[in-house]
Amino acid sequence: MINSLTKKQQAQLTTGADIVVQTLVNHGVDTVFAYPGGASMPLHQALTRFSDRIRTILPRHEQGGGFAAQGYARSTGRVGVCTATSGPGATNLVTTIADAKLDSIPMIAITGQVATHLIGNDAFQETPIVEICRGITKHHYLVTDVNDISRIIQEALLIATTGRFGPVLIDLPKDVQMATTIPDYNAQLDLPGYPAAIRQGPYFQAKPEQIKQIVSEIHRAKRPLIYAGGGIIASNASDALRKLVARTKIPVTMTMMGLGAFPNDDPLSLDMLGMHGTVYSNTAIYHADLLIALGVRFDDRVTGKVAAFCEHGKIIHVDVDASEINKIKPAHIPIVSDLKYALDELNKIVEPPSDIDPWIEQVQTWKRQEPFRYNEDYPGILAQHAISELCRLARDRDPIITTGVGQHQMWAAQFYRFDNPRTFITSAGLATMGFGLPAAIGAQAAHPNRLVIDIDGDGSFLMNIQELATCFCEKLPVKVMLINNQHLGMVVQWEDRFMQGNRAHTYLGPIDNPEAKGRGNGIGPDRRYPDFVSIAKGFGCGAASIHRKEDLVPAIQEMIAYHGPFVLDIAIPYQEHVLPMIPSGGTVMDTIRE
Amino acid sequence: MMRHVLSAIVQNVPGVLAHVSGMLAARGYNIDSLAVGETENPHLSRMTFVVVGDDSVLEQVRKQLEKIVTVVRVDDISAQEHVERDLMLLKVKAPPEKRSDIRELTEIFRGRIVDVAPEQVVIEISGQEKKVESFIDLMRPFGIVELVRTGRIAMVRGIGKHVHPNTGVRRFAGMDEK
Repeated sequence: MINSLTKKQQAQLTTGADIVVQTLVNHGVDTVFAYPGGASMPLHQALTRFSDRIRTILPRHEQGGGFAAQGYARSTGRVGVCTATSGPGATNLVTTIADAKLDSIPMIAITGQVATHLIGNDAFQETPIVEICRGITKHHYLVTDVNDISRIIQEALLIATTGRFGPVLIDLPKDVQMATTIPDYNAQLDLPGYPAAIRQGPYFQAKPEQIKQIVSEIHRAKRPLIYAGGGIIASNASDALRKLVARTKIPVTMTMMGLGAFPNDDPLSLDMLGMHGTVYSNTAIYHADLLIALGVRFDDRVTGKVAAFCEHGKIIHVDVDASEINKIKPAHIPIVSDLKYALDELNKIVEPPSDIDPWIEQVQTWKRQEPFRYNEDYPGILAQHAISELCRLARDRDPIITTGVGQHQMWAAQFYRFDNPRTFITSAGLATMGFGLPAAIGAQAAHPNRLVIDIDGDGSFLMNIQELATCFCEKLPVKVMLINNQHLGMVVQWEDRFMQGNRAHTYLGPIDNPEAKGRGNGIGPDRRYPDFVSIAKGFGCGAASIHRKEDLVPAIQEMIAYHGPFVLDIAIPYQEHVLPMIPSGGTVMDTIRE
Repeated sequence: MMRHVLSAIVQNVPGVLAHVSGMLAARGYNIDSLAVGETENPHLSRMTFVVVGDDSVLEQVRKQLEKIVTVVRVDDISAQEHVERDLMLLKVKAPPEKRSDIRELTEIFRGRIVDVAPEQVVIEISGQEKKVESFIDLMRPFGIVELVRTGRIAMVRGIGKHVHPNTGVRRFAGMDEK
């Protein structure tokens, strides 16, 4: 067959691996996070041939690569790409894929697979990764023919970045990577069931009569409230939302995924809602007569008791994913639409509510009565204080903030003040510990000149600490502000609240210390375990450790000014709880304040 | 609790059955039966589901099915005039003295005896679920040895407008979103 080709055709023969990379390059992918192994070596060989057009960043664990791809995607809105080899490489990506699915992040994961003739034989480093990931991907492919590669990569890019975004897995057997063909980079897509591929004209757009319905509901409302989520950021509708609020004066509360969609410092911002949200936002939802839910999914951490959530109000729910409408909470006005389209159309004709001054006044009163607060007189450093100071010192540089998962994440959401979308990057739905550092790496790779700070906890940080090597070796000057209480603080908080303070494997120091049995003094020794400063220095990063309040500001300044990756380890007490708190399944009436 | 017959046209690609059944299991939907087969178009297969639940469950099942990339269309067959059938093969004890009774019942139900052994016969019967089930009840006293059913298949009757040219199925309300 090959012999029958003309010389010109033979010169056009390209390996599957090269077709993968060329297709990615053709569609504007400029960075991949890729960890090699036996079954993905051809792909890596191909990546070297495109090194002038695509940067390959080597993480130190496939999970780091997956979260870095997410950091890239979340901070830019463009697809993040990661690759791993078969078997353990692929399974190490699983958590990052599930994470991207729950937060609707456009990501492509390419895994090497054993050669097609070995599939199903329990071959060396074989796992059925497509089977494993079916329920946690937006879509998935097992490629068996080199002639399908370019089409599949193009389909994957389209699927990941249209409609409700999400992760797409492409499993690529080694023999398919090495096989050659004459590539067709404009191959016809084969997606008869996918709206973005089959619609000639627009799709997922609110109808004019639906927009008019919103207009009349807004006009009639006495106590309207906007509940804005990650969908606003995903669809780049932050400006449209700001216009809508400027026009109508309707107060806005945000989910954690929505932080940055609307500036915290705007007088009409009610900040984050939900379990650890502001009392004023949760109170406002309870009293609202119209809830305009934009790009949200009524997550249980937001609603608490679903029946009581906004029980006095009408609900307008706009989302690009039809299956989110009526999934948890029936909507009075259900609208399947791209958020930006719907808000742009709305802004053309919307009029302010006829009389909401008393409502705004009421909301402002609630806001003044119960702001987020902490003990500012505490002699040591509290996490809330450290984050407030970081915000004060770094904010004018418009940094990108990432987090791990736990108390520090909630405090970052509460005490950092966000001005812009895509500046708060956090694992919200899956809540994966270890997310912060690799996500910061991805954000830094996408924005080499911006300040990227991972506000992390000691438990989370330790889960992907190996990525400090990526920071150093790939010259990514990520800063880590480590909120170190030597415990799994959020679990400790639940132990204290709901399990009589019985410590059950939530202390991260040596087991013979009194804290391991819950008999500590609430602060713990200044010297924490492990020695994060030595570790960071061992990786080539700058580092400092502090526990005195007066050292905080200079230490943050040193961190920000440092040329290169830096770890600032801050010892904080572990008796602090994230407040306010609405216990699972509760309502705003059940709020714990002390 | 209502029973609905949903029909999904899916791309005929590996893994689509696993994807669909995995989604239904993961989200805890109660599926009474599931039948899969090729259509007149070799690139497409049809899956027929019997879903148990109220309207909100049906709505979610439909939307979640539509979200699967390889699912091309979903139709609510039971919301329209339709024909539905189960096919069953049933092996029953049939000693010579009982054989004429069995044969008579089979004829009444318009079934066919498709295999005869000295002490057993295999009967093929198709029809609506109720008919198939009454036949099972009638066979029970003879001693059912083995029984296999296809699960429900269904088709909208050939009437009126809004008929999809490829499949002869009227479009499901709200299909415009897909």
